[in-house]
Amino acid sequence: MSKFNKKKKGELPAVNTASLPDIVFMLLFFFMVATVMRDNELKIKNELPAANQVEKLDKKDLVMYIYLGKPNDGFKDQFGEEARIQLNDKFAEVSDVPAFIYAERETKREELRPFLTTALKVDKDASMGIVGDVKQELRKVNALKINYTTRIGDVSLNSN
Amino acid sequence: MAKRSSPEVNAGSMADIAFLLLIFFLVTTTIETDSGISRKLPPIEESDEDVIIKKKNIFTVLLNNKDQLLVEDNLMELGELREAAIKFLDNGGGSGEDKCSYCKGASDPKSSDNPDKAIISLKNERETTYATYISVQNELVAAYTHLRNIRAEELFGTSYSEMQKNYKDVNWPGSKAKLKENITQIKLEYPQKLSEVQ
Repeated sequence: MSKFNKKKKGELPAVNTASLPDIVFMLLFFFMVATVMRDNELKIKNELPAANQVEKLDKKDLVMYIYLGKPNDGFKDQFGEEARIQLNDKFAEVSDVPAFIYAERETKREELRPFLTTALKVDKDASMGIVGDVKQELRKVNALKINYTTRIGDVSLNSN
Repeated sequence: MAKRSSPEVNAGSMADIAFLLLIFFLVTTTIETDSGISRKLPPIEESDEDVIIKKKNIFTVLLNNKDQLLVEDNLMELGELREAAIKFLDNGGGSGEDKCSYCKGASDPKSSDNPDKAIISLKNERETTYATYISVQNELVAAYTHLRNIRAEELFGTSYSEMQKNYKDVNWPGSKAKLKENITQIKLEYPQKLSEVQ
């Protein structure tokens, strides 16, 4: 009768884990593809205003980002309540903008430099004063192509 | 009763399912791209000769420190701005060589001669909020787009926005060179002359 007692009582079959690598790879690939690389850690509030007459900013490598907004809570003691400029991952003054543009230009191939665009990512509560100052600096260094980066939406979202 | 062992689940097709999902997400996810209103700043070197522009060809939009809108010396709500800008740009009040053959406006001699001459001047104060400024920019761009759409519809049977979308679409079957020519023509007829004064 021994051939009817194949297994001992209570023993569970092992879970097959052969497909686990597949699942892990799938997740890996998915996140690899879907993630946006964030190269700048924002130290300022940066809630963009809404607009619907927008153009897409293609060619990410030809865009220089300038962030403007009020400093986040952790930086208020040091940098105050007024809107400030952030270049790369540091706070900057208006006078630092030309140096930043020159440095960015240096990193691009020469034939691509005329196509560089400056994306102004400005918080919607910022005042135009500092934006105007930045624009003036950009004119001085001949970085004339700018883009006011916005969210896509109706302008009525801007008034609160 | 003796417990029966359950048969092992065949996991051989798991990899197939995983790849199927992977490919599905690969195809459907888009990496977010930024979008916004593109502008070109005026070059800084001032030319020696002053360009003379007739006052009637300038549409002044002023934003004060309380975010109020003053258009051609009249207080205005944001909602009315687009209509007013369209009326100004499409006026076509010129005569002789300034005559605008395609304008549909009122031909008021006190307003702009033709869309090529018409300039919108946007002034703001330091205390103006950025959100309001962008709203105004958006409405002004919308006015231009509206006129371009109508003109493109008339000439080519499709709207200007549609033409631009087709131009960017790699799968669009038509001739890109011809389309580009058409887009340029519309842009010439309604050029975006928007000056941002400091």
